[in-house]
Amino acid sequence: MIEAVGLTKRYGAKTAVYNLSFQVRPGAVTGFLGPNGSGKSTTMRMILGLDNPSSGQVTIGGYPYRKLPNAARQVGALLDAKAVHGGRHARSHLLSLAQLSGIPARRVDEVLGVVGLQDVAKKRSKGFSLGMGQRLGIAAALLGDPQVLLFDEPVNGLDPEGILWVRNLMKALAAEGRTVFVSSHLMSEMALTADHLIVIGRGQLLSDMSVKDFISANSADFARVRTPDTEPQQREKLTASLTEAGGQVLPEQDGALRVTGLPLPRISDLAHDSDVRLWELSPHQASLEEAYMRMTQGAVDYRSTIDPKAGLQQPLPPGAQPPMPVPGQGQAGWYAPPAPQHGGPPYAPPQGQPMPQGQPPAGPYGAPAPGAPAPGQPQPNPYAQAAPQAPAQPSAAPAADLTKKSEDAR
Amino acid sequence: MAATQVVRSEWTKIRSVASTVWTLSLAVVVTIALGVLISLLSKHEFDNLGAEDKLSFDPTFISFAGMTLGQLAMIVFGVLVVSNEYSTGMIRTSLAAVPQRGTFLFSKIAVATGLAFVVGLATSFVTFFLGQAMLGEHRAELGDPGVLRAVFGGGLYMTLIAVFSMGVAAMLRSPMLSLGILMPFFFLISNILGNVGATEKIGRYLPDQAGSKIMQVVTPVDDDTPYGPWGGLGIMALWTVAALAGGYLLLKKRDA
Repeated sequence: MIEAVGLTKRYGAKTAVYNLSFQVRPGAVTGFLGPNGSGKSTTMRMILGLDNPSSGQVTIGGYPYRKLPNAARQVGALLDAKAVHGGRHARSHLLSLAQLSGIPARRVDEVLGVVGLQDVAKKRSKGFSLGMGQRLGIAAALLGDPQVLLFDEPVNGLDPEGILWVRNLMKALAAEGRTVFVSSHLMSEMALTADHLIVIGRGQLLSDMSVKDFISANSADFARVRTPDTEPQQREKLTASLTEAGGQVLPEQDGALRVTGLPLPRISDLAHDSDVRLWELSPHQASLEEAYMRMTQGAVDYRSTIDPKAGLQQPLPPGAQPPMPVPGQGQAGWYAPPAPQHGGPPYAPPQGQPMPQGQPPAGPYGAPAPGAPAPGQPQPNPYAQAAPQAPAQPSAAPAADLTKKSEDAR
Repeated sequence: MAATQVVRSEWTKIRSVASTVWTLSLAVVVTIALGVLISLLSKHEFDNLGAEDKLSFDPTFISFAGMTLGQLAMIVFGVLVVSNEYSTGMIRTSLAAVPQRGTFLFSKIAVATGLAFVVGLATSFVTFFLGQAMLGEHRAELGDPGVLRAVFGGGLYMTLIAVFSMGVAAMLRSPMLSLGILMPFFFLISNILGNVGATEKIGRYLPDQAGSKIMQVVTPVDDDTPYGPWGGLGIMALWTVAALAGGYLLLKKRDA
């Protein structure tokens, strides 16, 4: 059991962790989520007594770490996979840690087997890949057969097989009644591994609930409905009719409608009754990743900016068409709407409205004039989101319709 | 109990990195080789020396001439033993395993000190015997007054210079910063301060100047140094204790 009460850490003027209170219970995998620089590692270091909190306290089994009797046998931690002397053999590294905690050398060979590094035990760790380094770090954490385990980003650099292995390892450790605290910035990974989630942003608690609750609170099933692009009045008609029937309708970037609160057959019936033709009616689920992004988007410290490529853009050959941006893709600040049953965003308010509809999304490669990026105009970041898909995507609206629809949206 | 565990662990750490072997063997080889060379040259130069120089000719001290360079390798050894923990990030793992930071630091330094002492003492005896063999008729014997003290003191000097470096590295953490300060200090600045008339009185209280007094058997004719051989070594030991205390206090206080 790890318990933090009002934990605060300041480095000069910068507050890394502010008033953080949570409990990590035994017998479950607790995921510790937050964007880069949100204070996860600082919190982990304070749990291990490496950094002193500016105020508040954190205890393990009721003791501050430095007062914990036989700490190394009770708590195992992986903080940084690269924190190894590269010139030392993997086995010597683990042996020195085992001796530090009075653990017999036999145990070193056991954990090397557990993490699958027995064949490189006598190799210098500077030749290790990041994934092998992670395995070595996990081996170090397991050395003392501790009841409390902390892992800081354990799946970084692991291959899919390794990720699966870590996932099963965490679950197995928790199933044995241990306290397992795993930090990550990957919501999708935590959704599969963790039983409980603690989400922080800018050093403050954003959410502390079980994964089950998190999913039911944040994952919203919705239907995407598309009416003929050529007839905007049909869309308005359908919107009115769906809203009247108790559904919630949100317009999407590319002119489709995002409908929640109504089952698909009912939407179809309503459309039929209102005499509206449908081009698309498809079921969708907002992923937990989106819910997490929405929750933390106000607390992201290191947000990438648009790369204007000033002076670097190649003039397009005459007659060449710039590649078409895909509407709705690569748009900063566009996440799934909050779950409808809450009637509003449960945690962090979205940053204003989703992208203004009236503006055609100027794709990164579709800049109007080469070498002249429009200043001040919000542009999507090509790297911040999934790469824009191929322009030939069947569901993508033709660019000609885009401007038309933009006018419709006003 | 905890201390023995740390000592065992540190012994594993120190013998499982190549830098230990490299720095220590470099210290041995440089000290002995240079000592032998300078002893050989001194033998041939002896007849050309003035009467005063002949009076203060100190065969024991001459055979230790290689230490001015050999000590630099000892400094590197001392710095790396401590700062490796910081440059690799191992310090976090180590301190998580041993939250008693004082126990951790002093056990680590004890292991490295023991090793430095064994190597330093062996180097000191070997360089003495080889140096004397080169000096031929001008040689000193181990049984001569003060000689055994000087040879034993040579081993202590090498040990203390390494421990002083460990203390400094514990304060500064970064190997580059520690070496960047210690190497020029002991190779140049200390010598300059000790040989320029105006700063001589301060210079002789620096750790290496004071400590090397232990290796002198024949005091120079016009020597006005206010301390003896053991007094000098005591001054060096005080510097070392101060560096260790600084390192300990900082380690205890700051975030790892």
